[in-house]
Amino acid sequence: MIQGAFDLARERFALQAKFEVPARGVTALFGPSGSGKTTLLRCLAGFERSPAGFLSVAGAVWQDEARRVFLPVHKRPLGYVFQDARLFPHLCVRDNLRFAWRRTPGAERALEMDQVIDWLGLEPLLDRREPRLSGGEKQRVAIARALLASPRLLLMDEPLAALDAAAKGEILPYLEALHRRLSIPIVYVSHSLEEVSRLADHVLLMAEGRVEASGPLQELATCPDSPLAHLEDAATVIDGVVAEHDNTFHLTYVDFAGGRLSLSRNPLPVGTAVRVRILARDVSLALSRAPDTSILNILEGTIETLAGHSPAQLLVHIALAPGSRMLARITRKSASLLALHAGQRVFAQVKSVALVP
Amino acid sequence: MLSSADVSALWLTLRLAGTASACLMLLGVPLGWWLARTPSRWKPAIETLVALPLVLPPTVLGFYLLMLLGPQGPIGSVWRALGGAPLVFSFSGLVLGSIVYSLPFVVQPLQNAFQAVDAGLLEAAAVLRAGPLDRFGAVALPLARPGLLTAVTLGFAHVVGEFGVVLMIGGDIPGRTRVASIAIFDHVDALAYAQAYRLSAVLVIFSVAVLFALYSLRPLDRPRWAR
Repeated sequence: MIQGAFDLARERFALQAKFEVPARGVTALFGPSGSGKTTLLRCLAGFERSPAGFLSVAGAVWQDEARRVFLPVHKRPLGYVFQDARLFPHLCVRDNLRFAWRRTPGAERALEMDQVIDWLGLEPLLDRREPRLSGGEKQRVAIARALLASPRLLLMDEPLAALDAAAKGEILPYLEALHRRLSIPIVYVSHSLEEVSRLADHVLLMAEGRVEASGPLQELATCPDSPLAHLEDAATVIDGVVAEHDNTFHLTYVDFAGGRLSLSRNPLPVGTAVRVRILARDVSLALSRAPDTSILNILEGTIETLAGHSPAQLLVHIALAPGSRMLARITRKSASLLALHAGQRVFAQVKSVALVP
Repeated sequence: MLSSADVSALWLTLRLAGTASACLMLLGVPLGWWLARTPSRWKPAIETLVALPLVLPPTVLGFYLLMLLGPQGPIGSVWRALGGAPLVFSFSGLVLGSIVYSLPFVVQPLQNAFQAVDAGLLEAAAVLRAGPLDRFGAVALPLARPGLLTAVTLGFAHVVGEFGVVLMIGGDIPGRTRVASIAIFDHVDALAYAQAYRLSAVLVIFSVAVLFALYSLRPLDRPRWAR
């Protein structure tokens, strides 16, 4: 567990955050800009000291002002990837990496230079300095440098925000592979729902310096009163397993708690755990299983709630199976024509399913 | 050519400038770092004291130092009670006076250089387990290197060129406190213009050579990519 409580008053901003998130996987700090995400991250690192703060990470107390405990930043086994890579400009890439490696006590070293250089493909960059690196390359070096500190908590402050689309595409696969390869808990600040649904296991929703909601991504994304569900590109995130490939029609079937989905054929072996994303606006509802539709993915479920989304639209939460929910966004007119109400059996027709790579 | 007295005056000037600028760097680096980073309310007071020699006439400064360091002065008497050799009219007195007089020329470029060090990089170093001293030595100092070079050059040059403070606190003792600038004044005073010309020319050539050498070194000081 990572448990924290911070109370920080700044001139034009106040942070009042109390939270508890699992000390494994990726926790996304999500919220609009100015909601206090970065400030909270800086409290976790120890850059900001909240006068009555508390922080414990997997049993180790890093801050407990009631007992006058405050571990300074350089004594915390941390990794921090900044939005601007912050490579040391007087050192080449190799020396930037060595800076981290040398200061990590031998007994705590979980990674060696060569492993990290190899994994992030830094070999051709080793002798360069910051001005001769592209944005994506800088961020790759910054991630490598953070990993070489063998952190027990990795903090990332919008590491993709300053990058163009191409560079984002270059970095994202590494981030996704990160928590699969290393069992380090990651706290990831983002204001991009797409990034969050690709990377996060757990979400901490921030608004105006407060924690608005906290929970597993799947739950929070489809929870009726969660602000995540009301975003324009609100989506259901489903974790499933590749069940079967259909070579005749070039399809891949993915099984999950709520049923089976067909996707266009992918090369993943049967049994691979995958994550799929279904946008709420791509789901339509029918009262019976339409026999004459081109839509392949039709899932049966029960309406849990209908919530207003806009003057024209409603957000419908459908329970597919215990613990498995789906979001659909439909017009108020359709809801009225079909007389939709809570408790009703419906068929969710899914227009498209995207595999989260 | 130069008389042996002139050669010894030049040698004394070099020794004084070398010793004083070394002391100035030892004092100036921590002071400049502190001034660059501190949120203390004492900062303007310290800055004022450091900058004072810029505006005070050297004779005023020299006079106060003479009073402070003299055998009856508050510092001088304590020093003597502790068994120290007299501070005024001695080489150590000259060094002390030079340090005070040239302090702003060393501290200000250092303070500016340290202020220009990106605080974000120091944070990045802290996360990589670098403690305060380590951050200073491994990040701040190398990034402030051009400022260090400017400071030591200005400090050295300024000590070579000083006159008033040295005259007040050192007197004019041949071989002990008679530095080149005072020797030149003495030559002019004695209407020995030929000797004054020669010694002045040596000082000019020396100063040009030192400054030119240091400024030619500068490009090497730039990061490799910018050369």
